[in-house]
Amino acid sequence: MTDKKTLEPIDEELLAALTNIHGMPKGAFNIRKNGELVERHSSANIEIATKTDYPGIDIKIAPGTKGETVFIPVIVTQSGLKDVVYNTFYIGEDCDIEIIAGCGIHNSSHKAAEHDGIHTFYCGRNSHVKYIERHYGEGEGTGERILNPVTNVVMEEGSSCEMEMIQLRGVTSTIRDTNAELAAGARLVLTEKLLTHDAQTATSNMKVELNGEDSSVQVISRSVAQDDSVQIFNPLVIGNTACRGHVQCDAIIMGNAKVKAIPGIEAACEDAQLIHEAAIGKIAGDQIVKLMTLGLTEEEAEEEILEDFLN
Amino acid sequence: MLELKDIVFEVPLESDPSCKKRIIDGLSLTVEDDRFIVITGPNGGGKSTLAKLVMGIEKPTSGTILFDGQDITDASITERAKLGIGYGFQQPARFKGMTVKKLLDIAAGRKLPMLACNEYLTKVGLCSASYLTREVDKSLSGGEVKRIEIATILARDPKLAIYDEPEAGIDLWSFERLTDTFRDIHEAQGGRSIVIISHQERIISLADEVIVLRDGKIIETGAPGEIMPRLGFMDKGMPGCQLSEPTELHLTEIPTTC
Repeated sequence: MTDKKTLEPIDEELLAALTNIHGMPKGAFNIRKNGELVERHSSANIEIATKTDYPGIDIKIAPGTKGETVFIPVIVTQSGLKDVVYNTFYIGEDCDIEIIAGCGIHNSSHKAAEHDGIHTFYCGRNSHVKYIERHYGEGEGTGERILNPVTNVVMEEGSSCEMEMIQLRGVTSTIRDTNAELAAGARLVLTEKLLTHDAQTATSNMKVELNGEDSSVQVISRSVAQDDSVQIFNPLVIGNTACRGHVQCDAIIMGNAKVKAIPGIEAACEDAQLIHEAAIGKIAGDQIVKLMTLGLTEEEAEEEILEDFLN
Repeated sequence: MLELKDIVFEVPLESDPSCKKRIIDGLSLTVEDDRFIVITGPNGGGKSTLAKLVMGIEKPTSGTILFDGQDITDASITERAKLGIGYGFQQPARFKGMTVKKLLDIAAGRKLPMLACNEYLTKVGLCSASYLTREVDKSLSGGEVKRIEIATILARDPKLAIYDEPEAGIDLWSFERLTDTFRDIHEAQGGRSIVIISHQERIISLADEVIVLRDGKIIETGAPGEIMPRLGFMDKGMPGCQLSEPTELHLTEIPTTC
């Protein structure tokens, strides 16, 4: 284990933006800064251990663990750093837990700072997992802030997973890869919220395989592309059995931004019910006017509409 | 007090943009405080345009608009809203991700206590327990969105409220609640004025004054008792300028019991 590091005020701010909590979290957590461990805490039911083969951690959650939260935020304040980390969650049967992850980059230099988090989840039978991942970038430097997360989810029978992945502002470039395999009766809700601005680029690839009978997935993508930013969405749902899948991509486009949404569905079973919807549009004029009649300025109205859209 | 002086509003013709079509034709009108006015008349007569001109959504080609003595002809929508003008849209906007509670808070300009939200929603016939957390998106029916729209004006409590066909799409039960609400606001005499664009006999009968608008001009004004029999006459006897059929009141499946 590396030497423990202390958190500086700038780290505290980044952490608060990622986890909505101030200071050290309670319960099980692992805080990583600039590729090194800052502080770790396991709980009676949740064991966090350093991987022996790759950089990263194994998080083992004992069967039957309920009502606990795991925090695994990462902060990068050192420019020129490329941090790749493998985090693997082994979630036992009959658990009901919440996992809060995320990466905040503060880059005040002209050199790039990059964090690639490869997260793998094994969700045990009948477990329920809520996963929230926030990505955020800031800093006055011209250096790129790059986040390329990979999320793999293996869901056993009867498990359910709600995953909310949020990237609001500040990330220069991101390529997100999300893969999921669902066994019988498993239920996955994948929500992605993205806001890009200036010349940022974002690509999101998703592949969800419904392999078990009566498994279901709902993919909800909401994004706002401002200025000259570019977004590409490639969500793909594959139904190999009697299952249900719904993909919904909604994007608000502003300025000179570009958005490409290519929702895909593939069925290899006559009882697979798969639906996709995609919409790209600007903020409706009647929405702005309505909020102006309630006393908001045009700018305030636009802000309000975007905030609610990304919820 | 609202004063419209010689308002003209013209739009370019779609077929020939060099030609203008006159939607409002030299209209003058005064709405005193505590008055309840209903504007009625045939479709295409300029009623909604007039309401939009008052709210600032459209700007007049010529003429002056005064509100409490202040010239607001060039004021923005936001400025007019802040001065105390409110507008209930005929076809309300929907907002993905915005809850009914949030919209009511924005309307009121502050975080409303639940009890107050309950009251506003009850007044338009919606059971708040199930509605406050719902999003104002396409998951709501037309009638539901319309009633929420009216609730936002109640929450805003403007000095001058303009409602554009509030009855459209609203079921009978809710409609009765709504007319009671309009009557209560009026009877409270709290310095509030109400202007309603409507074809509905029940709403017209509540008014202090009924204004009949046709071809962008006021063709008649008077008490409901005087005007209403003549509306029937116009409907039957004047081809080419018939009043439209009253908007149908739908009995919907929306739960209305609280």
